[in-house]
Amino acid sequence: MMKFERYEWVAITIMISLFIFVGFIQGWSVSLVILNMCIISAIMTMGVNISWGYAGVINFGVMGFLAMGGLAAVLVSYPPIAESWQVGGRGLSISFALLVVLVIAVMYINKTVIQKRNRYIFNFLIIFFGILIIRHFYLNATHNIEDVNPAIAGFLGGLGLPIIFSWIVGGLFAAGVAFVIGKVALGLRSDYLAIVTLGISEIVVSVLKHEEWLSRGVKNVIGLKRPVPYEIDLQNADWFINLVTYINSSKLNNIIDVSDRQQVLNNLIIDGSGIFVKLSYAILFLIVMLIIFYFANKAQLSPWGRMMRAIRDNETAANAMGKDVVKQHLIIFVIGAAIVGVAGAMLVTLDGLFTPSGYRPLRFTFIIWIMVIVGGSGNNLGAIFGGFVIWFSWIEAAPLTTFIINQLTIGLEPTNALKLHLLDSVPYFRYLFMGLILLLILRYRPKGIIPEKVRHS
Amino acid sequence: MIDFLNSIIVLLNFIIIPGISYGSQLALGALGVTFVYAILRFANFAHGEIMSFGAMITILFTWFFQSQNIGLGILPTALLALPIGIIATIILCFISDKFVFQYYRYQKSVPVVLAMVSIGVMFVINAIIRIIIGTETIKFSDGQKFIMKAKQFKVMTGLNEGLALKSSQVITILITILLLTFTFWFLQKTKTGKSMRAFSDNEDLALLSGINPDRVVFTTWIIVGILACVAGTLYGLDKSYKPIIYLNLVLPIFASAIVGGIGSPFGAVVGGYVIAFSEIMVTYAYKKFFVYILPSSIEPTGLVQLLSTDYKFAVSFSILVIVLLIRPSGIFKGKVL
Repeated sequence: MMKFERYEWVAITIMISLFIFVGFIQGWSVSLVILNMCIISAIMTMGVNISWGYAGVINFGVMGFLAMGGLAAVLVSYPPIAESWQVGGRGLSISFALLVVLVIAVMYINKTVIQKRNRYIFNFLIIFFGILIIRHFYLNATHNIEDVNPAIAGFLGGLGLPIIFSWIVGGLFAAGVAFVIGKVALGLRSDYLAIVTLGISEIVVSVLKHEEWLSRGVKNVIGLKRPVPYEIDLQNADWFINLVTYINSSKLNNIIDVSDRQQVLNNLIIDGSGIFVKLSYAILFLIVMLIIFYFANKAQLSPWGRMMRAIRDNETAANAMGKDVVKQHLIIFVIGAAIVGVAGAMLVTLDGLFTPSGYRPLRFTFIIWIMVIVGGSGNNLGAIFGGFVIWFSWIEAAPLTTFIINQLTIGLEPTNALKLHLLDSVPYFRYLFMGLILLLILRYRPKGIIPEKVRHS
Repeated sequence: MIDFLNSIIVLLNFIIIPGISYGSQLALGALGVTFVYAILRFANFAHGEIMSFGAMITILFTWFFQSQNIGLGILPTALLALPIGIIATIILCFISDKFVFQYYRYQKSVPVVLAMVSIGVMFVINAIIRIIIGTETIKFSDGQKFIMKAKQFKVMTGLNEGLALKSSQVITILITILLLTFTFWFLQKTKTGKSMRAFSDNEDLALLSGINPDRVVFTTWIIVGILACVAGTLYGLDKSYKPIIYLNLVLPIFASAIVGGIGSPFGAVVGGYVIAFSEIMVTYAYKKFFVYILPSSIEPTGLVQLLSTDYKFAVSFSILVIVLLIRPSGIFKGKVL
């Protein structure tokens, strides 16, 4: 069992009281919406924190891994579209099989042909012609698929399984992509690696945006099935009505008029159903977060975690002690990416829709990194804290800015041009806050708000 | 023969001229990134926003001049406002260095920390730009739009294909040549330039020889400010100004700098053109070209396009990855100015 220090308890208390505060001021529904996103952000942050905080492997591809998780949510939960499979399934399978053959052929050439120049020539020829042939089948198939009922379908659909499975599949997808990226890029210096992962995540997103047969691209996938009940079902369910009546019985009993009472009850049920749905999400997410938190801590305290810290602090020394640095870097990069992928699937589950064009690096890579830095890299509780605090301020920045601007310009007339302009640009102040928070933390508390514990063992 | 000429014109019109002007913009941007990398030794993620800031100031003053009816006739008014933009950008660079980067330089922080810091700076500048000018797309090019219209060219030469030459493209190319010549002259011939090269080659040795590091950093930020502002304004003049675009532009710029060999200014310029041309060449549909050049019996039926234009952006990164795999130090071995 891990023990929390006093300041860690303070952090946890602050997090909880923030939501209670918002609950009372802006309503419980708002509070729960923020809480859900905070939990997801915390999971993303833990994913990044594992690779950066434990082993010093930089991962700027957060956006790409999130998008892979989102794709998993679509592919797992969307009902299969039989017609698409009929018209395009064969072509796609052929092109996929050919692709596998091509990869094997290239690997074979690289193994057998020793002379460097010949190897390049052979590789170039086989890849060039291979791609020409594959393109033929592939373009035909995808074209056919995209023509199937383009207004509502136009893609392959998924497996039609409960969306909750996609959380695992999303992790696996992201891990697969991370494995390839890691194989290619992990030998690079850290700032190169940052740029390369950022770039590859852009490639991943642009593939999802434009391969319509797979993800419906910019046309978005909507109406993904929820793992929790729908509001409308709840409002008609007897047990839920009874529950609401029971909870509010004292309030309801004070109302004597029957029709009035029914009116109040109906309103309570409608409000309650929304809150119930969000609460069920929150509980599901919280379970995932706690599981990941538990294992992340366990791993950090294990001999493996110690080895990771050794590699992070002095790669050469760790290498000299016989640790396989390259392999461990790859492992931790993949694990971190997998956790981010889980969060990506959860994000799409929460929204119920998949919008590839919504993945932007500012929002999905850099903000997550601010969370990691602010929370404290190398400390899982810090990561969760960072996720909560930054997402919270990201959301609450707008009301706060409006308040501040109104206070500052209180002497000006309501039609003053400067005041109107400032009020118009309220949404952009959150970037300013984020930047300032990051700069201040890096300057005055470079190890984060909850720094990594130094262990002497 | 006519067919051959036509095909050449097609290539010129759709690949070479856009490639050169886009490449020039990337090259100027990449040169700025390279200077920061070689002298201050970190990857400056804020560079795109610095470019955007310069362009924004230029636009504001262009509007001011336009409202005062001051113009340059056939040339865009933005050229008149450009020097003011450059000064503002240099001041921005100084401020960010004074309040942010300097501290970490004195602390001798690792490059990654500085890269994180530059992300913070990026957010702040990004917010300032959005607060001042909003997120709308702004067109601010005025004056004569085309030097040669496609129709004029057709009439002039009697060919089937037209060659359009936008004045913004010509201005981009001319200014780039001017600026590159100046930069390389400065680095090779002047004393300050030589001290910068020495500093980037071996900091300790340079310090021992009595080179003042603060002066080197000061000059670097001036050059970076000039390059960034000009690159940002030219990009905005050529396409249109959109604050969000510049964040996306950072990635091809980094790609150019790394492909050319990060730390090598000549490499950065070459990298810019390599990235620009490959982006355009890979996503261009060659059908028209082949129709002219091949006999009609074997004319292609499809578009003859390697990748759809949607992947324009992905191309630069694929090249980056390939270069890093085959030749990690870039085309021209980087590291020294």
